[in-house]
Amino acid sequence: MITGVGHVLARDGWPHSFPGQRVALGRDRPLALDCGVQLNDFSVAYQTYGRLNDDRSNAILICHALTGDQFAAEPHPLTGREGWWHLMVGPGRTIDTSRFYVISVNVLGGCMGSTGPSEINPATGETWGLTFPIITIADMVRAQAMLLDHLGIEQLFAVIGGSMGGMQALEWASLYPERVFAAVPIATAAYHTAQNIAFHEVGRQAIMADPDWCGGEYWRHGKQPHRGLAVARMAAHITYLSEPKLTEKFGRRLQDREMYSFRFGADFQVESYLLHQGSTFVDRFDANSYLYITRAMDYFDMAERHGGALANAFRDTPVRFCVVSFTSDWLYPTEQSRRIVHALNAVAANVSFAEIVSNSGHDAFLLDEPEFRRVLSGFLAGAAQHRGLRVPAPAVEA
Amino acid sequence: MATGRPLIRADLQLIADIVEPGSRVLDVGCGDGSLLYYLATVKEVDARGIEISSDGVNAGVSAGLSVIQGNAETDLFDYPDNTFDYVILSRTLQAMHAPKTILEQLLRIGRRAIVSFPNFGHWRLRWSLLLTGRMPKNALLADEWFTSPNIHLCSIRDFVTLCAEKGIVIERGLFVDEKGTPRPLGRSLLLANNLGEQAVFLLRSHCVNGKK
Repeated sequence: MITGVGHVLARDGWPHSFPGQRVALGRDRPLALDCGVQLNDFSVAYQTYGRLNDDRSNAILICHALTGDQFAAEPHPLTGREGWWHLMVGPGRTIDTSRFYVISVNVLGGCMGSTGPSEINPATGETWGLTFPIITIADMVRAQAMLLDHLGIEQLFAVIGGSMGGMQALEWASLYPERVFAAVPIATAAYHTAQNIAFHEVGRQAIMADPDWCGGEYWRHGKQPHRGLAVARMAAHITYLSEPKLTEKFGRRLQDREMYSFRFGADFQVESYLLHQGSTFVDRFDANSYLYITRAMDYFDMAERHGGALANAFRDTPVRFCVVSFTSDWLYPTEQSRRIVHALNAVAANVSFAEIVSNSGHDAFLLDEPEFRRVLSGFLAGAAQHRGLRVPAPAVEA
Repeated sequence: MATGRPLIRADLQLIADIVEPGSRVLDVGCGDGSLLYYLATVKEVDARGIEISSDGVNAGVSAGLSVIQGNAETDLFDYPDNTFDYVILSRTLQAMHAPKTILEQLLRIGRRAIVSFPNFGHWRLRWSLLLTGRMPKNALLADEWFTSPNIHLCSIRDFVTLCAEKGIVIERGLFVDEKGTPRPLGRSLLLANNLGEQAVFLLRSHCVNGKK
């Protein structure tokens, strides 16, 4: 049932090889952004896995992190690498696509088909660039809600996301409590701390300091601020790991040499690893998107919009929550998850909270963490039972 | 009816029998969630738990229960008044830093509290201390004094005295003897305090339905 708010877009200007769908939204009913701008013609790219059941009750929305995209469970069309959550999403996996209908959406401001600074502004026929309005996490969520209207899905069974995806999950529960049966914010926070903002600012400055950024109009000059974007990625990547993990992976080991070179090349393995991370990232991500999305995260502060009390964002919430953190995550440490849990307790919400022991840092939510999978799969099974979803017992995992 | 009923520890069964079906319950220190699971499946209770150990929490959440990893001594303060019909504290009071505060919190956030604890007044413990002059142990208090988590042990008489001081109403009191037989407290506590290995209390504040 197409409700008329969306228009399935032709693939003009979008790589034909990309799997998934793209719809135009906002033509009938513009999206009122937090910054005051009305976005009245924008596109949202998404991918789905599994099948929607007859009463449309088994949809799970997957929200991606800062540099993620809609290709959660399949090889990435640009890099060919496994989807960012292929360990979690798929038939028989924790988020079992033989039981659930999984919708994975590229965020507003992104660069994989949803409207963002690298897309064409339909009003001018020119690339948006820095004329693209500043967006927020709530704006991303409102755009996703419009997509669900288009898809004819009244209520999500669950919204699940890690990191920035977790912020979206929280925002979903707060903005549309009746449209979310369960919310799973993972390795996330209800606001960006000064330290979070500081790291992002390093990344943004690195991009803007690259002469190839050309004041944000690099596409006019056929350039890409690859060096700046790579440095931004390198700095950010450190925050996704942990000191023990880095020590375990690299220690002080040297890269392809026995002795220091007494030069500034990549002597250490960790340097070479970071350079690799930076250089592969620029092939799939747009620099201006990086500016916009990090900005959206920095502006994120749920309590601020609710009289300074986070609990007010969830008053009388019917949503069942499962909050998950990881012991070695210092980007969004357990303390941040605990703040969310305390706020949810203050409104007597139905909440589970597990801190998973892992030394993989923030990235743990993307990795093979059996305990995390067990917790999430148990929560989903319990929630499905309460929702009355006919979901058989979760598959036994090795 | 009896088929498929999960089996739980005898003292937990006593607690479960007190809980009205369909009520909202918080189990403080819920361990692996076995009582919660019983209450949710057999009594259709809106069952929630707090547990300090990750293993316990993960087991509970993996079983589809709503369990929070947290510390009762700090986290109970978050809940609004009268959030739950029952707040359960089983064999945990004696391990709390501030048992009196915990009791107050239980009765603030719950209309009723169900508290169970090992009775330090049991005759064998008294006898053992008298005879050996060493810290007494039994099946419920098996740890050495230097490893025991139990820092605030009390007898049934101690507990009843505290309730009287705090104006806490004891709606029901049971003691469980060595054979595991539950018996009502009785007017004189002499029997209960000597023969009870552990005790289970159903409590409410002197003010009914949260009216102070």
